[in-house]
Amino acid sequence: MDVTSVLFYVFSAILLISGLRVITAKNPVHAALFLVLAFINASCLWMMLGAEFLALTLILVYVGAVMVLFLFVVMMLDVDLEAIRKGFWKNFPLALVLGVVVLIEMLLVVLRNPLITTAVNADPATNISNSNKLGWVLYTQYSYPVELASMVLLLGLVVAVALTLRKSEKAAKYQNINKQVATDSKTRFTMVKMDSEVEDKGDAQ
Amino acid sequence: MIGMTHYLVLSAILFALSVMGIFLNRKNIIVVLMSIELMLLAVNFNFITFSSFLHNVAGQIFVFFTLTVAAAEAAIGLAILIILFRNLRSINVQDMDQLKG
Repeated sequence: MDVTSVLFYVFSAILLISGLRVITAKNPVHAALFLVLAFINASCLWMMLGAEFLALTLILVYVGAVMVLFLFVVMMLDVDLEAIRKGFWKNFPLALVLGVVVLIEMLLVVLRNPLITTAVNADPATNISNSNKLGWVLYTQYSYPVELASMVLLLGLVVAVALTLRKSEKAAKYQNINKQVATDSKTRFTMVKMDSEVEDKGDAQ
Repeated sequence: MIGMTHYLVLSAILFALSVMGIFLNRKNIIVVLMSIELMLLAVNFNFITFSSFLHNVAGQIFVFFTLTVAAAEAAIGLAILIILFRNLRSINVQDMDQLKG
C-alpha cells in the first residue's frame, strides 16, 4: 500500500465516523463540530483528487462561514435537549432500512458500471495549476453564471435580514420616505415669538 | 491504488448516512439541515471525482456553483428557523403544521 492509499483510507475513515456522529450526536453543538471535522476531511480528499481551489473554498465557505452560522444559531436557540431526542430509537429501524436500500442501489450503479471501473487517471502532463485552470473558464465561458451566482448570494443576504428583522417601533427605526420628500421649509423651521429673558442676578448665590 | 470506484463508494456511503440522519432526527430541524449539508457534500464529491478522473473541468465549475447556492440556502434556512423558533418556541418538525399538510 502506498502513501496515497493510506491517506485515502485515513481521511475517509475520519469522514465517515464524523458523519455518523453528526447524525447520532445528542447535543446539536457536537453535531455541528463533527460536521466541521467532516468538511475538513472532505477537503483533504478533494485536495488528493487535485481540486485544490474547491478544497480551500470548502474550508473558507463552509467551515469559516456556514458552520459558524450554524453554531451561532444552535447556541442562540434555547432547545430542550431531551425533547429533541425523543423518537430517535423509534425511527431507527426505518432509517436503517432506507439507508441500506439507498446504499445498495448506489453501489449497484457504481460497481456494475463498466464505464466507471475502466476509467483511469491518465494525466495529460501539464503544469497548469487547478486554480489557474478554473479561473480561465470561470471568467470567460462561465462569466454569466458567475454573475448569477453573485445575485443569488445577494438574495440570500437580503432575505436573511428581511426575515429576521423585527418590525416594531422599539427595535428598529424606519424612514418615512414620502414624508421626507414632501417636506418644505415650513415644516422644518418654525419662528417662535417669546419675551426676552433677563438674567436673574440673585440666582447665582 | 486508489481508483474512481473508491471515491464513488465513499460518497455513496456518505449520502446513505445523511439520508439516515434525516429520518433519525425528526424532532430536530437543525440536524436535518446539517444532514442536507452532508448530502450536498456527497454529491459534490461525485462531481469532483468524475471531473478529476475524466479531466473535464466542468464538474468542478458545477461544484463551485453548488457551494454558492448551498451557502445562500443555509443562510435563508437558518433565518427561517430563527423566526419559526421565535413564533413556536420549538424546533420540532411535527410542530410545524400550520398549513395542515
